[in-house]
Amino acid sequence: MKLRSFKPLGAVLAAGLISLSAATGVARAADSTQPIVIPIHNWSSQIVMAYVLGGMFESMGNNVEYVPADSQAVYESIRNGDVTISHEVWQSTFGKSFYNAMQKGGVIDAGTHSATTLEEMGVPNWVIEQNLCPGLPNWEALADCHENFTTADSGGKGRWLEGPQSWHGDLMPERLEALGLADKWTVKFAGGADALWTELASAKKEGRGTIVFNWTPNFTDADGFTFIEFPEYYEGCRKSDGGDGKCGSPKGWLKKAANYKFPRTHPAAYTAFSRVDFSTKQIGEMAALVDTDKMDHKDAAKKWLADNEGVWQPWVK
Amino acid sequence: MPELLKQRKSLQFLLLIIIFALLCLIIPQSDNNWLWRLPPLLKELPGIINGSVDYLMFEWWPIEVYDAELDDYEQKPLVREFTRSVSSVILFMIELIREILLGGVKTIVAFTSWDWATENQWARWPALPWTVVTAGAALLGYSLGGIRLALLSGLSLIYIAVFGQWEPSMQTLSFVLIAAPVSILLGLTFGVWAYKSQVVENVLNPLLNIAQIMPHFCYLIPVMVFYGIGDHAGAIATIIFATPPMVRLTLLGLKKVAPEVVEAGLMNGCNNRQLLTRVLIPTARRDILIGVNQVIMQCLAMVVIASLIGAKGLGNELLIALNRLRIGLALEIGVCIVLIAIVLDRMSLAWANKQTDYFSSQSFTERHRNLLWFLAIFVVGVVLAYAGRFIFKDGFNYLYLIPHNKGISTAEFWQAGVDWIWDTFFYTLKGFNEWLITQVLIPVKNAYLSMPVVATFTLAMGTGFIVGGVRSALIVGGFLLFIALTEWWDRALITSYLVSVAVVISGTIGVIVGTLCAQKQSTSRFILTMCDTFQTFPSFIYLIPVMMLFGVTDTSVLIAIVVYSTIPATRYTVEGLRSVPASLHDAGTMAGVNRWQRLKSIELPISFPHMALGINQTVVFALSMVIIGALIGTDDLGQLILKSLSDREGVGNGLVLGFCVAFIGLAIDQILRTWANQRKQMLGMT
Repeated sequence: MKLRSFKPLGAVLAAGLISLSAATGVARAADSTQPIVIPIHNWSSQIVMAYVLGGMFESMGNNVEYVPADSQAVYESIRNGDVTISHEVWQSTFGKSFYNAMQKGGVIDAGTHSATTLEEMGVPNWVIEQNLCPGLPNWEALADCHENFTTADSGGKGRWLEGPQSWHGDLMPERLEALGLADKWTVKFAGGADALWTELASAKKEGRGTIVFNWTPNFTDADGFTFIEFPEYYEGCRKSDGGDGKCGSPKGWLKKAANYKFPRTHPAAYTAFSRVDFSTKQIGEMAALVDTDKMDHKDAAKKWLADNEGVWQPWVK
Repeated sequence: MPELLKQRKSLQFLLLIIIFALLCLIIPQSDNNWLWRLPPLLKELPGIINGSVDYLMFEWWPIEVYDAELDDYEQKPLVREFTRSVSSVILFMIELIREILLGGVKTIVAFTSWDWATENQWARWPALPWTVVTAGAALLGYSLGGIRLALLSGLSLIYIAVFGQWEPSMQTLSFVLIAAPVSILLGLTFGVWAYKSQVVENVLNPLLNIAQIMPHFCYLIPVMVFYGIGDHAGAIATIIFATPPMVRLTLLGLKKVAPEVVEAGLMNGCNNRQLLTRVLIPTARRDILIGVNQVIMQCLAMVVIASLIGAKGLGNELLIALNRLRIGLALEIGVCIVLIAIVLDRMSLAWANKQTDYFSSQSFTERHRNLLWFLAIFVVGVVLAYAGRFIFKDGFNYLYLIPHNKGISTAEFWQAGVDWIWDTFFYTLKGFNEWLITQVLIPVKNAYLSMPVVATFTLAMGTGFIVGGVRSALIVGGFLLFIALTEWWDRALITSYLVSVAVVISGTIGVIVGTLCAQKQSTSRFILTMCDTFQTFPSFIYLIPVMMLFGVTDTSVLIAIVVYSTIPATRYTVEGLRSVPASLHDAGTMAGVNRWQRLKSIELPISFPHMALGINQTVVFALSMVIIGALIGTDDLGQLILKSLSDREGVGNGLVLGFCVAFIGLAIDQILRTWANQRKQMLGMT
């Protein structure tokens, strides 16, 4: 260990003195000093929010650790206690993984954000502007415009590019069937979100029509994206719930999850976490700092924390 | 006629194909017909596996563990405690190296506690300034391989620093510096063991095959359940993936050692250990070093996948960049990964080659010259970093650590390049793409899907029988039977269709390019470097442009597979041709052959076994890419493997699906390997 640098010796001494004086004055929270493990997935708002929450916990004197994780597999880790929380549980994409893990035991529901989400098939705005399917966003327009949405492997039918099958199973093929569109449209499952964004980008360049699965709040909101209006959702209308399948997606919730031990090991941090409540607008702001202003995720989180003290200070009190 | 049939294998094949075609024609497509599709008798298997893993992990043999956090005793199963202690050892080692490079608190915590470290905020380990690491790497390069290696390593690290990827790169490096040596040691140990004992070899061979062919995604969830999430889990998944080629090549090298050499060693009075370390391993060095190269390449090829289960560093940054379609940034990160791979590879090669230097008595300064130099660099670097604190006022000390994503970036340039490719080629490629899909891919796919199961078995087992007799036929049949009895036979057929089209293309390109490049020393060096580059360059990066040009279609999947699986075909061809002894060339020249005749009658036949191994590896690489195909969007086994990440019975489903993929590979491996061995025997090469 002879490679050790002696540079910050001065800083170290100063910091030591400061922390000594600080420690005597402030009563420490009862939280454990074990780090709170926050997962990092691969989309902007989630990462910024991870650092925002981390900053909040740190301001309360907690230790925080970030770990990259797959967004589906993470619930198994929360269950086992390797990851402490997840702060963006999207209803239709992760709801299944979340409830599966909860059923096995070890995951608790730590409340719901006030942000509502919508996850639905839709078209980029230029499709409507160029009138590639007159009558959109009403779904009935789909009855006679499928020629503008064919691809080489779709066998003459129009193509819906749906997310990976792990997200909603056969929901979309069943919906096409139920709405009587199955002879004109077919569903292709993309492998991941990257594939969806790539399709949007390449369709835009080529100026061709495309119908993709998307959600809001999302960074694609900035370029203009219109969701197709299907018949309204009601409880039990889906085929998998025994309904006739003639309905669109519900306004979805955005939840928070935590390991079952979190409230006991870090009572103060858990209380703060359960109070955390972001609106659609706030989530959009966080994503925009990165996607539009091209900031680094950590810097974006710092900026958000600095600009919104009024929002998060009451949570950590 | 029967006599003739016995003699001529081509006739046997012809007969086999006629029977196959007849079976395809006469068997009706009906789900109740067992000749068309077998019933899914193994349907329950994933559930059973899942149940056993859960039992092992969460119930079997509970022990009382005191949890200081909850101030309570908890029942924890033994296996879990064991695997978690393995995890913490690996994690400790990774963190140690990481904190030497980047600073931090984990190592201090390991010796004290979080309580103590939280109380004592001063107890933070400082990072080595990037200047010291870079100059140190250049110095190490110089002492190992002279000025060229010094330049390579120095410039690579400067690139990494200047482009603002220092932090993730060092995180990745620290994780590779543990995963690679562990894989190499494991590989050597098992390789030697297999050399000494035929039984071990027989047991290891299928295990290695499975570990290598099984898509990494299949064991991500089991690894995560057993070892938790984090760098250690990433390292373990990497080790599983990177060790097999090392074992293989060690064994191959040791087997090639001539008995005369061993006898010479014994005559000189070597004991067993000396024989191994002084005679066998040095003689087999060539192949063992290829093994080391492969381990390093595989480790860095796993960087992105490992980040899905918690490995910090470049892989994670890459996924984030790609999710925002920032191809330029992703490309810069990809180059960092390749540079780390190449520097590590060249350094380990130089180090291994240096072992033969026996230097005579030297003075203290001579012996420790490099260490002294390093100390000097260290002092200068630290002083510079300290001075930097007064120069840079905006909070970033560029002489200490260049902050992440604050370096220069050429992302715009690359983005423009992608746009240019689009503008120039899109409409030409679109026509080609449509032709390929409608005229080639869809018909081939449908042909595969319309094979009755009994016809597939006849074809595969018949081929096995013609090539390797009853034994091969039974082995191949066994593998297929497993797949046919799961519910995923149709999906396995789609996987096979993609893989067989890809292998035909890759094999052709690989053998041709390899043969052309092997003609000269310089071109073969160049193409081998290209192989290293493409093997470690994360395929995710070129997937985005490929998807933009070819859409979410099978063409994109095919291109992704071909780019990756052409590597072994090329590499093994070049290496095989280059290893033909010069004396044989001379002998040929004296016998009066021209260039073409020499290639055709001397070099190709001699290097044939090595090339066959290359095609074998091409199949393996192609199969391991099904999951990447799934990330684009397919309806084969890969799609379900991807889905198993969120399934309730994810562990079981993932593993069984993985076995299906591996068994396709093993069936092909059985046929190819037997055939290659026969050819070798025919040429008198064993």
